[in-house]
Order: sequence, then C-alpha cells, then structure tokens
Amino acid sequence: MDFYFSLAQLIGVHTLLGLSAYIVLLTGQVSLAQAGFFAVGAYTAGMLTVLAGWHLVPALGASALSGAAVACAVGFPALRVKGLMLVIATLAFGEGVRLFFFNFDYQVAVDGIRLGPLGGEGFRQIRFFPENGWGTGEVMLFMWVFVIAAMALLWWFDRSRYGSVLRAVGEDELAAQSVGINLTAVKVSAMTVGGAIAGVGGGLYAHYTTHIEHSSFNILVATFAIAYPILGGLRNVFGTLLAVIFVQGFLVEGLRFMGDWRNLLFGALIVLAMNLRPSGFLGGRRRA
Amino acid sequence: MLELKALSRHFGGVRAVDGIDLAVAGGQIFGLIGPNGSGKSTTVNVITGLLPPTSGTILFRGEDIGALPTHLRLRAGIARTFQNIRLFGQLSVWQNLWVAQNSAEDRARQGFFARWLGGQGGVREEIARLLEFSGLAHKQDELAANLAFGEQRRLELARALAARPKLLLLDEPAAGMNSEEIAQLRDRILKLRDTGITIVLVEHVMELVMGVTDRIAVLNFGQKIAEGTPAEIQAHPAVRKAYLGGEAA
Repeated sequence: MDFYFSLAQLIGVHTLLGLSAYIVLLTGQVSLAQAGFFAVGAYTAGMLTVLAGWHLVPALGASALSGAAVACAVGFPALRVKGLMLVIATLAFGEGVRLFFFNFDYQVAVDGIRLGPLGGEGFRQIRFFPENGWGTGEVMLFMWVFVIAAMALLWWFDRSRYGSVLRAVGEDELAAQSVGINLTAVKVSAMTVGGAIAGVGGGLYAHYTTHIEHSSFNILVATFAIAYPILGGLRNVFGTLLAVIFVQGFLVEGLRFMGDWRNLLFGALIVLAMNLRPSGFLGGRRRA
Repeated sequence: MLELKALSRHFGGVRAVDGIDLAVAGGQIFGLIGPNGSGKSTTVNVITGLLPPTSGTILFRGEDIGALPTHLRLRAGIARTFQNIRLFGQLSVWQNLWVAQNSAEDRARQGFFARWLGGQGGVREEIARLLEFSGLAHKQDELAANLAFGEQRRLELARALAARPKLLLLDEPAAGMNSEEIAQLRDRILKLRDTGITIVLVEHVMELVMGVTDRIAVLNFGQKIAEGTPAEIQAHPAVRKAYLGGEAA
C-alpha cells in the first residue's frame, strides 16, 4: 500500500508543478522558470520548519508567498520577450536559482545538531512528518488537500472573466491590448499565481522526501512542469492531472518491468500521445 | 474629438505616414481613403498606440494621448476593428464580448472581485444588447473561430462596441462583404453615429464611403492630398490622379 501512497504523493507534487505552468501557458507564455519557483518554495518551507520550528501549514503559506514574490519579480522582465526568447530567459532564471542553492549555506545548530542547507550536499533532515508521527497515507491525504485546492482555484478562474481574459491574451496579444486589456497586469498576475502554486508544491516536496538538493530542481523538472499542461491540453485543469498520471503513473512506474527499454518507450509514447491528440488529452478548446 | 498634428511614422526610410494633419469633429463619420500602401492602416495603428509615432501629436478630446499605452487609449474611449479580423477564436462569442468590457464605466460599475472573479451574472443585459445589435444572439455560445466570415466581422464590431467607445476606428470593415452585407453594415454605422459615436471609416469600398461619410480625407504615399465632403472629393483632380494614375482628370 505504501507504494501507492508514495506514488500518489509524487503525482500530487507534479500536479502542482503542472498547474503552475498551466495558468502561465494560458496567457501564451512557455515558462521554464517553474522549477525555480518550486525550489524557492521547497527551501523556504524546509528552513522554516527545521530551523525556525514552524508548523508546516504556515510554512507552506510562506512558500506560496515567496514563490509568488519571485515569480512576480521574474514576470516583469520576462514580459519584454516572447516565444523562444522567453523560453531561454526563464530557463536561465531556473538555472540561476539552482546554482544559487548549489552555493547556499545556512546552517544553524538545533538541539546540538547543525541543520540547514549546505551547498552541494543539499538540505537534509527535513523531518516534520516523521517527527510528528505522520504515516505515508496521512501525508498523502494532507498533500492532496493542497492539490485539490489548487485545482479548484484554477477551475474557478477558468469560469470567471479573469480566465477568459487569460485565454484572450494567450490567443492574440495585439487584439487583447486593443480591447483594453492590460497585458502587463494579466501576464504578471498569471506568473505570480503560478509561482505561488509551484511554491506550495516545492514546500510539500521538501517535506515528503526529507532531503532536497540543487539537482532536485534541474531542467528536467522544469521540462516536466511545462510538458504536463501541453500534453494534457488547456481545456481545463483535469488535462494536466491526466497528463501527470499518464507520465508518472504509467510511463515512469507502470513500465518499470521493461527495464532499460522503458526510457526508449517513454519518449516514443509521449510522441505517440501528442500525435494522436495534438491539442492535448482534453483538447485545447473549451465547451463551445 | 480627434486631432492629428504633423503626424509621421517612418519605417526606416519608408515614410508610411508623413506629416498628416487631420481634425475629426465629434458626431461625424469621417472617411479615410487612399490607394493600397498609402498609410491608412498605419495611421489607425498610431492613433490606437500599437505603433509609436515618429513625430507629431495626437489629441483626443483636447488631450495629448501620444504617451498612453494602447489599453489606456481604449479606456479613454478609442476602440477599433482590424482589417484582417482578429477575434479570440477559442473563446465563445459571448466571452469575446465579456473580455472586452473595459471602459471606465464598466470598471467603476463592479468591484474588483466581482469584475474579475465573478461569474457571468451582472453583465448579461449589456452583452445581450450587443448581440442583438449585431444579429448574433443565436450564436452566443459558438466558438468565434467557427463563425462565418460575415458573422466574424459583426462580432468584431460588437467587441469594439463593448468598450463603449466615443471614437470608433473601422479598418476596412466591408472588405470581402457582398453588397447585401455592405448595406447592413451601412445601416449599423449610421445607427452608431446616431447614438453619438464618432466614426473614422478606413475603406476601399466607395459605395460605402461615399454613402455614409460626412467628410473624407484622402491619403497617398503617407500624405494627405485632399479633404472635403464626398462630393468635393469625387470631383477633386488630385484624388482622381492618385486613384487612376497618370495624367487623368
């Protein structure tokens, strides 16, 4: 059973990552910065629970805020570039964050043991769950409360005028400006909400793995984040969830029995899925 | 209402708009005509702020709007349609109008929360009125991309009206329309003028321009070569020369 709980935890964290890229993608921006916001949230929550002795819930609130603040700051300069240039710029930001944590030391003695991030060795002993006696199932349920909350938030956005405005910007920036939409405000707000969701995801990730390091936030994580909403389609948030289940549940775990052949098949199946459903599992279109 | 003073827009060495002076009085339908490449669309893009002017001044209701970004010019009351239709194809007809409700009046009417995160209530009547005006009420849930060409043109006009404009810039609204559709468009334009909206009509279709405009300016190679009433323009030698070429007239 623990295996399935762990898998559900992984799917939950990756869904948050995917959702953080989903809202940004609605405005037509392909961002590879989501792993960076994820890292900021992970280190923030970890340091608050381990070094400052906070409870995890307020620490996750701080993760959301720090992720949002960094995303908002990245959003403004990122607006000046589009398309491939934006991909490169956000990629550079993500790598910058990773390298920052590669060099980041902040250790404090807690009960006689030195704890905290230690450069390339990473940040060990993020033991909020074991110290408080939470089992794998409880941790999984706790995490899914946040996943469902994030999905509900974005579902609500999609039904509101804000959601239509995001999609309008994603379709045609020139026309959106011409009907009075403030592109800067809309794109930065989407980036900020995405940063908050990625931050919470990172905070949860740090606590269920108990150990994070710079390589947990590499380009592969950023690629996964943007791949989920693309693979799942932008019709609604469930596309992203389906894509995460497909990739993490089926491709990564389900094909484990195939050994070395798995990696080969992994790529081939994604290509196949994209060819069969070019606008994602749930399509790009909303209900007509 | 709208005044352009020595307005220029150059692209490298190309003087797309070269020192135009223009004054559009409130309540008028003002025609802007000229051969292809004479600078009409560039003028519209400069007025709406999509292109910064190289030099010159743009006054709207007496105020210099040259430094305002596009979305603030819209909120000040300048809306437009595009020569090549630019709808939000993956949004429904209804949503296309919903996202365009950005006038100062609409922004003041609802609180921030209701305006951005509220549902579709509260604005239904206004949008229903626009759909009625455009003859699109039965298509409100259709994706904009699935509309026929004429319907798309009507939706784009409705979307511009959703911003409650004081000045409406129509960039070749009759392009690709048959004569029945042009007659309907003509009726709509006249109705809009009667509600007090000032209209600048950029158009090639002379049967429309000559029939509805109060005044016409003619551009050629980025310069204004003539201005006057439709009758004066039709008789103007420089205009005949620009359109027919050579030493005509």
